[in-house]
Amino acid sequence: MPHWGSVAIASPEQARAEAERILETALRSVGDAEVFYVASSSVPVRFEANAVKGVDANDSAGAALRVIKDGRVGFSSTSNLADPQALVDAALETAPFGAEAKFAFPSAQPCPEVRSYDPSAGETTLEEMVALGERVVAEIRAYSSDVQVEGGVGKADSVVAVVNSEGGGAAYRRSRFQIGFEGTVIRGEDMLFTMESASAVAALSDPSPIAASVVRQLEWAQETAVAETKTMPVILMPTAVRSIILAPLLAGLNGRSVLRGTSPLVGRLGERIVDERFTLVNDPAAAGAPNARPVDDEGVASRRFPLIDRGAASAFFYDLQTAGMAGAESTGSGERGLGSLPEPGTSVLLVEEGDAALDDLIDGIDEGLIVERLLGAGQGNLLGGDFNANVLLGYKVERGKVAGRVKNTMVSGNVYAALSDLVAVGSEGRWVGGGLYAPPVAVGGLAVAAKE
Amino acid sequence: MDDKMRDRIDAAIKEAGGQYVEVHIEEAASSAIRYRGRDLEEIGRGSAVGGNVRALAGGGWGFASFNDLDSLAAKARQAVEQARVIGGERIDLAETPPVVDRVPPVIGRDPGALPLADKKAVLDEYADAMMSVPGVQSCAVGYSDARRRMVYANSEGSYIDQERVDVNLRLNAQARNGADVQQYGVSLGSLGDFEFAANLRETAQEAAEKAVALLGAPDVKGGEYTVVLDPVLAGVFIHEAFGHLSEADHIYAEPRLQELMRPGKRFGGDHLNVKDGATVPRPTLRGSYLYDDEGVQGQETDLIREGVLVGRLHSRETAAKLGERPTGNARALNYRFAPIVRMTNTFIVPGEASVDDLFADVEDGLYVKNWYGGQTSMEMFTFSAGEAYRIRDGKVAELCRPVMLSGNVFATLHNIDAIANDLDMNEGGGCGKAGQSPLPVSNGSPHIRIRKCLIGGA
Repeated sequence: MPHWGSVAIASPEQARAEAERILETALRSVGDAEVFYVASSSVPVRFEANAVKGVDANDSAGAALRVIKDGRVGFSSTSNLADPQALVDAALETAPFGAEAKFAFPSAQPCPEVRSYDPSAGETTLEEMVALGERVVAEIRAYSSDVQVEGGVGKADSVVAVVNSEGGGAAYRRSRFQIGFEGTVIRGEDMLFTMESASAVAALSDPSPIAASVVRQLEWAQETAVAETKTMPVILMPTAVRSIILAPLLAGLNGRSVLRGTSPLVGRLGERIVDERFTLVNDPAAAGAPNARPVDDEGVASRRFPLIDRGAASAFFYDLQTAGMAGAESTGSGERGLGSLPEPGTSVLLVEEGDAALDDLIDGIDEGLIVERLLGAGQGNLLGGDFNANVLLGYKVERGKVAGRVKNTMVSGNVYAALSDLVAVGSEGRWVGGGLYAPPVAVGGLAVAAKE
Repeated sequence: MDDKMRDRIDAAIKEAGGQYVEVHIEEAASSAIRYRGRDLEEIGRGSAVGGNVRALAGGGWGFASFNDLDSLAAKARQAVEQARVIGGERIDLAETPPVVDRVPPVIGRDPGALPLADKKAVLDEYADAMMSVPGVQSCAVGYSDARRRMVYANSEGSYIDQERVDVNLRLNAQARNGADVQQYGVSLGSLGDFEFAANLRETAQEAAEKAVALLGAPDVKGGEYTVVLDPVLAGVFIHEAFGHLSEADHIYAEPRLQELMRPGKRFGGDHLNVKDGATVPRPTLRGSYLYDDEGVQGQETDLIREGVLVGRLHSRETAAKLGERPTGNARALNYRFAPIVRMTNTFIVPGEASVDDLFADVEDGLYVKNWYGGQTSMEMFTFSAGEAYRIRDGKVAELCRPVMLSGNVFATLHNIDAIANDLDMNEGGGCGKAGQSPLPVSNGSPHIRIRKCLIGGA
């Protein structure tokens, strides 16, 4: 079988040299400049209707240039690396209109050791990837042949370099291996969607936990139960924690909303905002985190710090410009794609595990819900901490037992109120996507609205 | 991109072999301006060059995207090889005549020809208008324009060189009272005409006033309501609730969905008519184009006629599999993605009722307007209103906090009991599917009324 070498992927050293070449061009016209360069190669194998359907191979390379001219920030980006002067001209054209720069590019700094690359991901062959996916399909369909399975197995390899006129910067390589599958059951007009995914820096060799999780969801959803319109205890599974707990919390902890005064947490650092059993840590260099990185996208070293420490608002997160405007320091939280300036963001977050086993949490509920996944979370007024979403997959708990799947049901509330009324933080954490490690979280009462 | 490029594309396709090969090459130039409060936060320019090859061979699809145009021939070979590795049952594509054409962009007031200083002057005014309203804490203005030239060629002899310009503007105002933060926003767009963005000072000011008014507004209690939707929200509703379900790539491989979405199935009352199409209701909307990304001509597709399902949206593959004609709905966000079945301009056809008729016999209900967003899982959908008013005794009454509407498509379309005569198309935002977002689409509707609609809330 042919092994596809990638033209886009070079070593981190080559990526850095490429970024330096563009920086040199820029420094002929301007004193302060920064180049952010990313080259990546990804190969997803797609499965549809229980069988492999196609393979993609995506190579890309591009660069973004940020300049400070006469105190103002100019910006441009391109995937046409053959013409660095055009990139420089475009950035200089925007600079007279740009924001006033409230920062200086960082000089070289020590950064943590991060295992962001493992050659095993890239070395996995197409045949091996197809076989992994076929195993997931077979294991799910062994539970029930009514299930239609689709999904994919993918590998990606990228190099990132950021360099600036202060001599600062870094370059690193990152690998990613992903398996994600959905199991769909359609009976008449009733549709059931289950899904699970896993990602890692190294190749994943055992896809069974993914199939097992889908099967567990199918089992819990086998019966149908009816939720009443009222307030009841709710266990949020890790994926639901991400969409209705993390999204509004991060909107409030983002240095930019604090700076603009639109965060409800303005002036409340140190104050208890939720139950003291809830701790949220920013740790972009966390061991085992698929999104781990040694530096942020502005070349500031990654560092670990709590955002919410035992219930108290502990820190906001900043990129360079936002920090400069707020009179704070960058927390190493500058995140960006190639097409835009950095913004405050988080690469890796950890919700600290508690001591409650999921089975015990369920056992402790007389009447309540388990929410696996939501539809439409994040469409509401996130800034205020409010959430409101349809339960795409959730189950009714009756007298300590999973009674069956609920449908036509919505949950709503406010994240600060919900986490202040905490029942327990679960003990069984896991990675959700590449950037969040979270256990289930049980809260005392959320408003549930159900169609009669 | 010139004759030399065409020769290289032709050679790459010929050399690659395979059952079917197509090539996309793209050049793009964009600009973006973003504000927080009165401060311009970001202004930037972007450019892109790239392409992809998609190939059908041995029963599988291979796809390779790249930035380095010199690798075109190698990528064409790679796509065919990859398809062969996958294997599987033969995949057929519906017949469509090869097309050779050159399509210039639809241009009104060309944003690409405007100096950055002029764009900034216009946007400065909107940030100022919002920040001048007492009670407003902050605001956001997001503007972008992009010009794309897309060359498409396939092994059946098509060669299409199309250009398009997309323009987007979002205005959002945030008001705060202690820990209570409320916001209101509008999202607008156009195919190739900056003019829509030029005179919005009043719109900006109104958005800011609405954000402030929401601080004092009561919450709506969760439960079932009779709701009247304005054309913007009703457009989002039909896009989310029904449009996605009409995309045949969900249907073609799943026998149970084929049964559920079979032509002839009743979805609503005789007054319900739904269409999608790149050429309707006007060929100059954000979802409009002459050819899709498989070189199939854009057209008008009836999805629901007099309450009954009559059509689905197709790519060439899904059309062949279901024995129907391609509808010109295969679209890719850009050269990094393979085309998949997408909507274009999706709308509910106007009915007979006057807008006032819809409110007249509602004793207690909600009038919901504008949108934050929407999402669907085929059966279930949610969409959130930017604005909600109570309806009491047939009259629009007090402003309430924004609400989220949710439901089951099969029940909800039957529950539409009145359709007004005032079609309006919404061109803001964009559509996301399979990681391809935001794709320019438009959607629209007249005012409609839905009985027993589920509203989330305490």
